[in-house]
Amino acid sequence: MQIGQVVGTVVATQKHAKFEGAKLLLVQPLTLDDKPRGTAVIAVDSLGAGVHEKVLIVMEGRAAGEALGRKLAPVDAAVVGIIDTVDIVQ
Amino acid sequence: MQLARVIGDVVVTRKDENLTGIALLVLQPIAADGSPSGRTLVAVDSMGAGVGETVFFVRGKEASFPFYPTEVPADAGIVGIVDHWDLG
Repeated sequence: MQIGQVVGTVVATQKHAKFEGAKLLLVQPLTLDDKPRGTAVIAVDSLGAGVHEKVLIVMEGRAAGEALGRKLAPVDAAVVGIIDTVDIVQ
Repeated sequence: MQLARVIGDVVVTRKDENLTGIALLVLQPIAADGSPSGRTLVAVDSMGAGVGETVFFVRGKEASFPFYPTEVPADAGIVGIVDHWDLG
């Protein structure tokens, strides 16, 4: 899983039927020192995460489909947790 | 699978219900010589690993297999704690 920050929401009227009613968030993956890492991804969210919140995202198809609770959903990323704290011991 | 060092943990109160009770640890993958190699990631832990330990982890849906039949939404999971490794 990756740590990311919700930077926006995505609205799409025309989408695959499996996305019906699903919330789509734009999530920017972060490094451990909170710097952007790579390209922002679109992740489905069933937890109610909001913009600016730090979240845990899975970036794998079947795991994301499970988080969404739908079989055969054409997804590859999902929010699975809203992060309280990250503790790093170096 | 890959070697990694456990460098931290993540506390998540609001989460997918199938992640309840499962430890989430921050991993730094390491090269064969023990130096950091590649991006850090968060993994589920079924082994009881702790910060500072060297582990090996699996990527992909297989990360959820140790928790079967619970369908854990994970893409990386610790599946072993390394005692030591040797280079030939």
